[in-house]
Amino acid sequence: MTRSSAASATDTAAQTYADGNPLGTPGEHKHHTKAPAKLTLASVIAALPLAVRKLAPRQMIHSPVMFTVLVGAALCTAITLYRPSGFSIAVTAWLWLTVLFGTLSEAIAEGRGKAQADSLRASRQGVQARLRQPDGTTKVVPGTGLRLNDIVICEAGDVIPSDGEIIEGLASVDESTITGESAPVIRESGGDRSSVTGGTRVLSDRIVIRITAEPGQTFIDRMIMLVEGAVRQKTPNEIALHVLLVSLTIVFLAVTMSLAPFASLAGAAPSPIVLVALLVCLIPTTIGALVPAIGIAGMDRLVQHNVLATSGRAVETAGDITTLLLDKTGTITYGNRRAVNFYPANHVERTDLIEAARVCSLADETPEGRSIVDLAEDKGMTGSDLATLERRSGDFAVVPFSASTRMSGLDLDGQQIRKGAASTVAAFVAEYGGHTPAEVDHRVKEISAQGGTPLLVAKIDRNGRADVLGTIHLADVVKPGMHARFAELRKMGIRTVMITGDNPITARAIAAEAGVDDFLAEATPEDKLAVIKEEQAQGRLVAMTGDGTNDAPALAAADVGVAMNSGTPAAKDAANMVDLDSDPTKLINIVGIGKQLLITRGALTTFSVANDVAKYFAIVPALFTAAFPGLGLLNIMGLSTPSSAILSAVIFNALIIVALVPLALRGVKYRAVSANQALSRNLLVYGLGGLIAPFIGIKMIDLIISLIPGIG
Amino acid sequence: MTFNIASFLVQVAALAVVLAALHKPLGVYLVRVFEGKMSSRPERLFYRLAGIDAGTEQTWSVYLRSVLAFSVVSILLVFVLQRLQGILPGSGSLPGVDPWIAMNTAISFVTNTNWQTYAPETTIGIFVQMTLLAVQNFLSAAVGIVVVVTLIRGIARTRTQRLGNFWVDLARTSFRILLPIAFVASLLMVLGGVVQNFWPADVVNHAAGISQTIPGGPVASQEAIKELGTNGGGYFNANSAHPFENPNPFISLFEVFLLLLIPSALPYAFGRIVGDQKQGYTVAAVMGTLWLASVSLMGWAVASGQGTATAAAGGLGEGFEQRFGPVQGAIFAASTTLTSTGAVNTAHDSLPPLAGGVAMVNMMLGEVAPGGTGSGLYGMLILSIISVFIAGLMVGRTPEYLGKKIGPTEMKLAAMYILVTPVLVLALAGITVMLPDIITNAPATGPHQFSEVLYAFTSGANNNGSAFGGITTSSPYLSVMMSLAMLLGRFLPVALVLALAGSLARQGKIPASAGTVPTHGPLFGGLLVGVTVILTALSYFPALALGPLAEGLLK
Repeated sequence: MTRSSAASATDTAAQTYADGNPLGTPGEHKHHTKAPAKLTLASVIAALPLAVRKLAPRQMIHSPVMFTVLVGAALCTAITLYRPSGFSIAVTAWLWLTVLFGTLSEAIAEGRGKAQADSLRASRQGVQARLRQPDGTTKVVPGTGLRLNDIVICEAGDVIPSDGEIIEGLASVDESTITGESAPVIRESGGDRSSVTGGTRVLSDRIVIRITAEPGQTFIDRMIMLVEGAVRQKTPNEIALHVLLVSLTIVFLAVTMSLAPFASLAGAAPSPIVLVALLVCLIPTTIGALVPAIGIAGMDRLVQHNVLATSGRAVETAGDITTLLLDKTGTITYGNRRAVNFYPANHVERTDLIEAARVCSLADETPEGRSIVDLAEDKGMTGSDLATLERRSGDFAVVPFSASTRMSGLDLDGQQIRKGAASTVAAFVAEYGGHTPAEVDHRVKEISAQGGTPLLVAKIDRNGRADVLGTIHLADVVKPGMHARFAELRKMGIRTVMITGDNPITARAIAAEAGVDDFLAEATPEDKLAVIKEEQAQGRLVAMTGDGTNDAPALAAADVGVAMNSGTPAAKDAANMVDLDSDPTKLINIVGIGKQLLITRGALTTFSVANDVAKYFAIVPALFTAAFPGLGLLNIMGLSTPSSAILSAVIFNALIIVALVPLALRGVKYRAVSANQALSRNLLVYGLGGLIAPFIGIKMIDLIISLIPGIG
Repeated sequence: MTFNIASFLVQVAALAVVLAALHKPLGVYLVRVFEGKMSSRPERLFYRLAGIDAGTEQTWSVYLRSVLAFSVVSILLVFVLQRLQGILPGSGSLPGVDPWIAMNTAISFVTNTNWQTYAPETTIGIFVQMTLLAVQNFLSAAVGIVVVVTLIRGIARTRTQRLGNFWVDLARTSFRILLPIAFVASLLMVLGGVVQNFWPADVVNHAAGISQTIPGGPVASQEAIKELGTNGGGYFNANSAHPFENPNPFISLFEVFLLLLIPSALPYAFGRIVGDQKQGYTVAAVMGTLWLASVSLMGWAVASGQGTATAAAGGLGEGFEQRFGPVQGAIFAASTTLTSTGAVNTAHDSLPPLAGGVAMVNMMLGEVAPGGTGSGLYGMLILSIISVFIAGLMVGRTPEYLGKKIGPTEMKLAAMYILVTPVLVLALAGITVMLPDIITNAPATGPHQFSEVLYAFTSGANNNGSAFGGITTSSPYLSVMMSLAMLLGRFLPVALVLALAGSLARQGKIPASAGTVPTHGPLFGGLLVGVTVILTALSYFPALALGPLAEGLLK
C-alpha cells in the first residue's frame, strides 16, 4: 500500500473530529466555532466614528453608486442653503443619512472583526525571543524584530515569537490563541507536524525553531489584516457586479437628466432637489451600500469557522467548486478499522469464539484491539478483565504484536490464544498440525472482497492441539451521515472523489458504502495532482485538503487548497486557505460559505432593482399629476401629497439599507438544493418581495409623514 | 371601422402556427449555411474578385474591422451615388439628392434602420432604389445575421481566437439565405398584385381628359427583402399602406410573416450550433411570449382607443388603411416595431395614444421579440447573460452561460450593451426638446408632440425606422441627430457583441452540473422575460408617462 502523508496526518484530524453539519450555517457548526458577534446598539454606535470617516470622497469613489449619492447630497445641501424649505431640508437630510447608512454598514462589518484582531494583537505584545547567535550563545530580542531564518529557542511557558519550523526537539503547544481549542497539541521536528505559529505558547519541553516569516508577514499578522478587512481587494465577481451597478447608475442618470427638458416641455419642470431624490431612489443604493459589508461578513464567517483564507477570491471560488477531493481516513471513515462481526468455524460455538477473541485482545491497546473488546462486550461477553485473568491463572503471558510474528494474544494456563492476519494464523496452526476449515477460508475471502480485514482467532490447547476458532471482521467504518452529505453535495452539483491508500477492492467497497461519486485507490500525492489536473482539464473546479510537504504541489494546483494548521509550512504556503482546526470535513462548510456570499449579493441586487418599480409609482405621479391629472391613476398607493410621496420614497430607500444590514452580515440562508429550486425560491423572496415590499413601506412612511404639518 | 376580435385572433394564430412550423426547417438550413465547408459558384466568384481567402478565419477584432470597413464604404457609396443621381441613368428627371437627406438615407439603409426622411416618389429614381437601397436591404440584414452567428460561435467554440470570416459569412447569408427566399417571396407578391415594372411614372389620360401620374417600379423585388431583412424602407412614401406595395389583406399578412420569418428561426439555429436545442426553444419561447403579449396589448389598445386623434375623427378610423382596418393595423404595427423593420401599413402617429405607446415600448425592449435579423437574437442573448448573472449569484455560483464564465470582462460588454440605446434615446431626445426651433415647428402640441420626438429617437437608436411623423426630420440638425442615433445605435452594440464573442471563445467550457443555473425551461424563460421588461420599464417609464401615458390617460 502506498500510504500518502495526508493519511497519517488525518489521523490527527480524526482526534479532533466533531460531527459538524455539512454546509451548515456558521452558528450550527459546533466544532469550536466562534459565535458571530451580535449586532447590538453598542456595536452600531461604536462603528459610527469610522462610518463618518468613510464619508471622505477619496474612499467613497470606490463605490460609484454611493459616490453618486454623496454628490447628490452635496448638491442638495447647496440648493437648500440657497433656498431653504421644509421639504428640501428633509430630503437633503435623508440623502446624507443614505450615504451614512452605507458607510455604517461597512464600518459595522469591520468592527466585528476588530475585537478579534485586538485579542490577536495582544497575544504578541511584548513577546521576547531567545535568539541563537552564530557563536551558539543566546540573546534576548523583541519578537517583532525576528527575520527569516533566525534561530530561536523556546522553553516551557514561552510564547513562540514568530512563525517557524521546529528543527530540534518536541513540545506540547497551546494554540488556543488562534484556534480557540484549549487542548494542547504536540509539535515536533521532522515530519508533518513541525510548524509552529507565532503567538502560541509552549507548555512543556524545549524546542529550537527556525523562523519562516518576515516581520509583519506572520500568520497572526495576516489574520489580523484579514479580520480587520484591511486587505480587501475587489474580487472578480464583485467587479462584475459593480460593472452592472455602474451601468444601471448611468442609465438612471440619463433618465433623470433627460426628465428635466422632457417635463419642461409640458411646463412641469421638477426642481433639482426632486430630480436628485429621484436619481438616488432609482440607482441601486441598497446593494451598492451593502456590497462591502457582505464581502467582509463572508470572510468573517470563514474566520468564525476557524478557516483563514488568503483572499476573498478564494472564498468565492469555494462556492464554485464542482469536485471535492476528500481523504478517506479521518474524513469519510473514522481513522481506524473496527471490529464489526465475529464468524465462528462450524464446529465452534459462537460464544467461544467471541470470548477467545476478547481475551486475546485484552492486552492489545491498538484501536483495532479495543474495538474487538468493545464489540465482544456489546455481544454480552463481559468476562474477566486482564488483571483478574493474571491473578487467577497459573502461567500468564501477554504476547504483543511483533513484526516478525504478526500475531498477538495471551498465553493462559498452558493455552495459547492468538489472533492475526489470516495467512499468518493459518501457518501458525499448520505448524501445530491443525488446519483451517474450508468455511473459514471462504469467510476470509468474502471479507477481503468486501474491503474488510479478516483476522483469524486460533487456540493451541494444553495438549498442543491447534484449532482455528473463527474470523473477526474488521472494517473501515464510514462515519454516520456521510451518505446523506454526499447526496446533498450531488444535488448541489458537486462531485466527491475519495482518495485512499487502500487497494482498489477495499476502496471500492468503502466508496460504495459512503456514496462518493468516484475514488482513487493506492493514491500517492502525485496521483492527487494528476486527478486535479484531469478534473480541471474538463473545466471543473477542484478543492482538496492536505498537510504534508508532498501535498504542496496538489494544494497549489487545486482551485481551493485547504491546508491543515497541523501541516508543514510548505503545505500552508501552497494552500489558499488554512484550517486552524485541521478538520478535513471543513471543506464542505467552506463551499457553503462561498455560496452564501454570492447568494447574498445576488439576492440584494435583485431586491434593490425590483424596488425601483414601486418608487416610480410613488414619484412619477407626484411629479406630473399637476400637469396631467390623468397620471393620478398611477398613484396606486394613494400617497397623500406629491412632496410626501417623494420624501417617503427617499426615506424608504435609506431605511431599507439599515433594515438589510443584519441580512448582509448574516448572509442569506443557504440550502443544499438544486440550482433551479434555489433560484425559484430566491426569486420569489427577493424578486417578488422586492417588488411588493416598497409599496407597503412607502405607503406606511407616507401615512406618518402626512401627519407632519408643513411637509405632508 | 370596428375592431373584429375573432379576425384578430385567427390572424395572430395563423402567424404563430406557420412560424412555428417553419422555424425548425429554416433553422436547420441556416445552420447548414453557417457551418458548411463548401462554397457555391457565385460565392467563389465573389471571393476571387474581392481577393478573399475563404479558408482563413478572423479574430473578433478583425471581424469587427471588416464589418465597420464594409459599412463605411457602403455609406459613402450610397451617399455619393445619391448625390450623383442627376447624371445617372434610369432616374428620370430627378436631380441629385439633398446632401443632408442623402447622408441620412445612406446611414439609415446601411444600419438596417431605413428611416426615410424623403418622399421616394419625388426624391429617388429606379437606379438608386435598385442598385443602392435594395442592395443595402440585403447587406444590412446580412450583417446583422453574421454578427449573431459570430456571437453564437463564440459561445459554442472553446479556447480559440477564430470566429469565422466576415466576407464568407456575408456572402453565404446573402447568396444562400436572403436571395433565394426574397426571390420566391417576390414572385408570390407579384402573384398577389404587388407591382413589378420599370415605369418610373406613367401618365394616363382618363376619359375625362385628366392626366395622372401613376408611379411604378420594381416594387415586388424590393418589397420582399424590405420585410424579410427587417428593413422597412418603403418604395413609396406611404410604405406598406400603399396599394402597389401592399395590395390586399393577404399580402399584408404575408408581409408580417416575412418580417418575422428569419428572426424567429434564428433561435433554433442557435440551439443547434451550441449543441443544446432546449436553449434555442427557450429563447424562441421568450420571444414568442413577448410578441404575443405585445400584439395582444396592441390589439387591446387599438380596440379601446379613445385618444385625441380618433376622437377628433369620429371613431377608430383615422390613420388606418381602409383595406386593412384596425385588426391588421394592430398586428402589423406590433410586429414591425418588435422587429427592427419599421415598415407600416398604418400611420402610427394616428394610433390611439396607448397603442402608440405600445409601439414605442416594443422598440424600447431593444427589439428582441423576435427582433431584427440577427440583431434581435444578439439582443436577447445579451439579456440572457444579464439574467444568468443575477440568477447565478442567487444560487451561489459564479455565473456561467452555456459553460462560459460571466466574469468582469463579459459583464462590462453586456452592461455597456444594455446602456447604449437608452442613453442615446434619452440624451438625444432631451437635447432636441430643448431646441425651440424644432419644437415650435411641430404641428402637434402637448404630450403628443413629445411622443413624436421620443418616437423618432427610439426608432432611430433601435434601428427600427418607423415614424410617428409630425416633426420634420429633414432639417440639417435633426438629420444629423438621427444619423448619430442610427450609427451609434447600430455599431456600438455590434462592436460590443463581437468583443463578447471573442472573450467567450477564448474560454474553455465548464461542464454543467446540478449547481449550474439551467438556462432553459420555464423558470429561466420567465426570468428573462422579467429582466427584459423591467430593464425597459426602468429606463423609459418617466418618458413614457410624459408621452403616451399622459395623452392616453388625459382627463
